[in-house]
Order: sequence, then C-alpha cells, then structure tokens
Amino acid sequence: MEWVIFVPAAVLAIAGGVGVIAARQPVHSAIALLVVLASLAVTYLLLAAQFIAVLQVIIYAGAIVVLFLFVIMLLHARSGEGPVEKLPRQRVAAVVFASLFLAALLAGSVAATRPLAPAPEGFGTAQHVGEALFVTYLLPFELASVILMVGIIAAVVVVKRGPPAGRGGR
Amino acid sequence: MITPPVVDLTLILPEMIVLGVALLVLMADLWLAPERRGYLVAASLAGVLAAAWVAAGAADGVSFAGMYVRDALTRVGQVVALAATGLGVLVAPEYLRRYNLDRGEYYVLVLTAGAGAMLMAASRDLLMLFLALETLSIPLYVLAAWARGNARSQEAGMKYFLLGAFASAFFLYGIALLYGETGTTRLPDLTSALAQQPAGISAAAGVGLLTIGLGFKAALVPFHAWAPDVYEGAPLPAVAFMSVIAKIGAFVALLRVFPLALGALADQWTLVLGVLAALTMIVGNLAALAQSSYKRMLAYSSIAHAGYLLVGVATATPPAASAVMTYLAIYAAMGTGAFAVAVALERSGGEADRIEDYAGLAGRAPLLAAAGALFLISLAGLPPTGGFVAKLGIFAAAVETGSVGGLALALIGVLTSVISVYYYMRVAYVMYAGEPDQSGGVRLHASPLLNLALLITAAAVVYAGVLPGAVTSFTQQVGALLSRL
Repeated sequence: MEWVIFVPAAVLAIAGGVGVIAARQPVHSAIALLVVLASLAVTYLLLAAQFIAVLQVIIYAGAIVVLFLFVIMLLHARSGEGPVEKLPRQRVAAVVFASLFLAALLAGSVAATRPLAPAPEGFGTAQHVGEALFVTYLLPFELASVILMVGIIAAVVVVKRGPPAGRGGR
Repeated sequence: MITPPVVDLTLILPEMIVLGVALLVLMADLWLAPERRGYLVAASLAGVLAAAWVAAGAADGVSFAGMYVRDALTRVGQVVALAATGLGVLVAPEYLRRYNLDRGEYYVLVLTAGAGAMLMAASRDLLMLFLALETLSIPLYVLAAWARGNARSQEAGMKYFLLGAFASAFFLYGIALLYGETGTTRLPDLTSALAQQPAGISAAAGVGLLTIGLGFKAALVPFHAWAPDVYEGAPLPAVAFMSVIAKIGAFVALLRVFPLALGALADQWTLVLGVLAALTMIVGNLAALAQSSYKRMLAYSSIAHAGYLLVGVATATPPAASAVMTYLAIYAAMGTGAFAVAVALERSGGEADRIEDYAGLAGRAPLLAAAGALFLISLAGLPPTGGFVAKLGIFAAAVETGSVGGLALALIGVLTSVISVYYYMRVAYVMYAGEPDQSGGVRLHASPLLNLALLITAAAVVYAGVLPGAVTSFTQQVGALLSRL
C-alpha cells in the first residue's frame, strides 16, 4: 500500500534533482532542491522515522535552503543570472561521467549480497536519534562542534577587514 | 532506558590539551595587544609539548562507544603529528609579521589541524575518521588563503577548498557503500564482516572511493593536480605545515584502514595501491625536474614522497607499517625544514620562490645554506641523513616480501630517487656555486624562532641518519600491532 505514497515521492525527488542541475536561474535550482528535500522527508515518514522526517524539514528545507536563497540574493541580486560556463562541453562530459557512475552504483546495488531487512524497531524516533547522537556517536558529535567553530573562524578570517592586507606570496 | 556511554576522558587528554590551548589562544587574542602575540606562540608551543608528553606515555584503551582507540599507531601517529604542529607554529611568527598577516587565529587553525591529524590516528570508525579528516582539512583551506590581499593565495585557498570538498564527498560515498554492504562503519566490525562473506562489488567500489578521498589528501597521482598550485600560492609557513600534516593524517589513516582493517580484501587493494604508488613516484619526480620555482619543485617532491610512503602501505607487512611511520617522522623534519629555509629569505616584495634567488647563499649565510643543502640531500635520500634511513626502510620492506610487485616497486623507487638527486642537487649547487645576486634583491630574515625550527629539523635529520635506532625503536611498535592481527 505504501507504493501509493512512495512512487510519487520518489518521482518528485528525482524530478527535483534534475531541476537542481538543469535550472538556468540559481533561485529555481534552490527551489528545486526544496522539492527534493521535502520528497525525501516523505520517504522517511514511510520508514516510520517521524523524527528524522521532521528534522529533515526543519533543518534542510527550513534552514539550509533559506540560507542558499539568501546567498543567491546577495550574490546575484544585481545580475540575476547564473554563472558563465567557462569549460567547453562540460555538460556532455558531466552527463557521460554521471551515467557511468550511476551504472556502477546500480550494478553495485543490484549485486548487493545482503537481503533487504526491515528497519529496526524504533528506527528514526526521537529516542533513537538521541541515543545515536549522545551515546554511539558522542565523540564525532562533539568533534562536529569543533569543525563548526573552525568554519566560523574561517568565515571571519576570510571576510574581516583587518589592517591593510599583506603582500605575502608573490 | 538508555545506558550512558563509557566516556574515558583521560584517553583523549592529548587532543583536549591541544584543542583547549587553541580555544585559549582564540580568546586571548581578543585582549592581547598586537605586540604581545609572542605569548600566543608560547602558549601554542607549550600545549603541543604537553600533549606530546601525555600522548607518548598514555596507556592503551578503547572508549566512546568504540569510536576512539589508543594503541601503538595512535601513539606514534600523534607524537609525529604534534612534532609537525610544533614546527608549524615555530616557522610562522616572523613571516606573518613581515607581511602584516599576524593574527592570533593562525595558531588556532594550526592547532586545530594538528588535533584533526591526531584524531585520524585514533579513529576506530569510518565516520569518526571522516570528521577527523575534515577537522584536519578545513583549517588547511583557510591557511592556504591566509594572505588575503594576495590573489594567488586566495586562488590557492579556493582551489584547495573546492577540490578538497569534492574529495570528501568521494570519501563519504565510500563509507555509505561499505555500510550498505556490511551494515557497519566500525573498523573492527568491518574486518569481521568482510572476513565472513565474499566481498561484493559495492564493497570494492566503497574501498575504491575511500582510496580516492585519502589519496587526494595525500596528493597521490592522479589526484595530485591541486598540490603544485596550492603550494605555490599559499604563504610559505602555511605550506611548510600543510605539506607535512596532511601527509601524516592521510597515511596514518591509510594504515588504519587498509592493512589494519581491510586485510580480507588485501588481494584487491595491494594491486591498486601499488599501481598508484608507482605512478606517484614517476610523475612526481619527473615533473619536479622541470620546475623553476622552489615551491613548485618542493610540491612535486612532496608528491613523490607520497609515492614512497604508499609503497609501504601497499606492502602492508609489519616492517613496512613501521617504515611508513619512520618515514613520516623523518619527513616531518626534512619537509618542514626545506620550506623553512625559504621562509628565511625574501625577494623584493615577495617570497624568494625562484631557484636563482638561492644563488650564492653559502657566501652570505653559511649556516642557512648548510641547513638547506642538508634538507635537500635528505629529501633525495642520500646517506648519512634521515631521508636515506626512511627510504631504506620502505624499500627493504618491499623487497622482503619477495613478490614481483614488491621488487618492482622498490626498483621504481630507487630509480626515481636517482632522478630526484638531480633536481635537489641543482638547488644545492646553486646555493654553493651560483653567483650571488649583487643588486641586493634577496634579503635574509633571521628570527630566533625560525632559527630554532631550522636547528631542530636539521638536528633531527642528522640524528635519524646517524643513529636510526632512536627513531625506529619508537616506530616499530606499529609493526608489532599489525603482526598481532
């Protein structure tokens, strides 16, 4: 019965994915990304992972896509155009290599030796996610905060108008 | 009811010291007057020394729900990473002041990258390894772009960041495929899962993608294209640090993943790594021949050294694993030293990057020229320097296997080392026999900290060359770890 929901969600996700790379306006790409993320949230619901589905909507659709839109607005507000393609024939090359990669992935998935197992009991609930974050993956979780701190320092260092910039290098 | 995790904070004490000092430096920088930034350098060095002292003596253990392991590889890897971090701090202050780039965040980023390399050595889970890899890489992207007013430095940072993010995506994809095949990201569980079932095509693809991700960080051919441009554009002290610390992190991770965890798939990856090693040695050394820029030459030389190191990983015997760690320790000294010599020089308005800038250095600064020649001789792998001991260990381990592949790799290694003598000695020859620049275009900048860095690295290179037992007796515990498998 879940096919009724899964098939439209999956088709929407793939259509959104194509939209992300095919849209000429960066804003349209960002909106298409929103479609991908929302459709994926639906598939998480189908796995009975309500909490992950909600997080997906709040974090990705809510925060990250909005951030993308802000950046696009700030960078392209005047021109309203996408970047100029500098590499000739990169679309052809991209299609060829992406198809090869897809074929390899599909071959791998089809040949996978493990049978499909149902999701474990309690998968994707708030308790499960909390346990994963604060018990199993406690150290990586803490390390992620170090990475975020470095990211903030990086943004400040790269952007801050300090004393007259140096003439290092050549 | 959730059982709380076993958290053994004493186990991660070295990392906590380094990251704690990084935070301290970050905060202190807000209040310290600019002329007192020396305190930040002193605090960073004290933190590195304290962490190295703790890491060298810490007891073995596993903690954090099996994410973190402290064993022989962790111990040796962390001590080497901390040595490289300390040297990275020492070579920077005078240069940063000279080019008006002196900000406290520089040392924060150096320390964080060092902590990332330390955690790579201690990762017992692929996800942990990925996060540690990012903790190492992201500060390096920023350090490459540190000279903000300089377009080449910006370009270097941008290139490094974009390609590095691309490589990280490969690495993550590899983890996902391995998880799909085995249902785990924990390295010991991966070992037992792959031992029980024949490896499917997706496991092989996953291992291949992991190789690409780590190969990028280590600058292996054909994932090396970023290295010369980034090394050329980034500020010299940042290059001196990143060329060494990225190698330490990548090769400790390669040892942790390939010989220690994926022994069941050895038939497949030894061949792939062997081919990559051969390509890296050949391309790195041949491309270095044609360079007229000192930094680009050392960039290709660092690619070539990644090839020699990979021979050790591909050989994957206990002596080879020990030899890789010995090589990393000695490379930390000679690699940093070779760049530190360039830090001490300045051509009018920029870095002394052309090889002719070194002409007649021996007449003007005999000690600096002697140190420079020593590092170049060591990089070429001639006795009686550490570089010879490092290469000998790797090639001997490859020959010891008695396999055709091992012999071929050792042969390629020796032949390319002979080629490398030409381009290293060309610079040394220019230093001693070249006509000095009479116009006074190249100036010398001496500073106590830089001199200390040169002294330490030169002493380490000579010491490791004359008394190799001092280094190998410390690193051979890694081989013992592998032989217990």
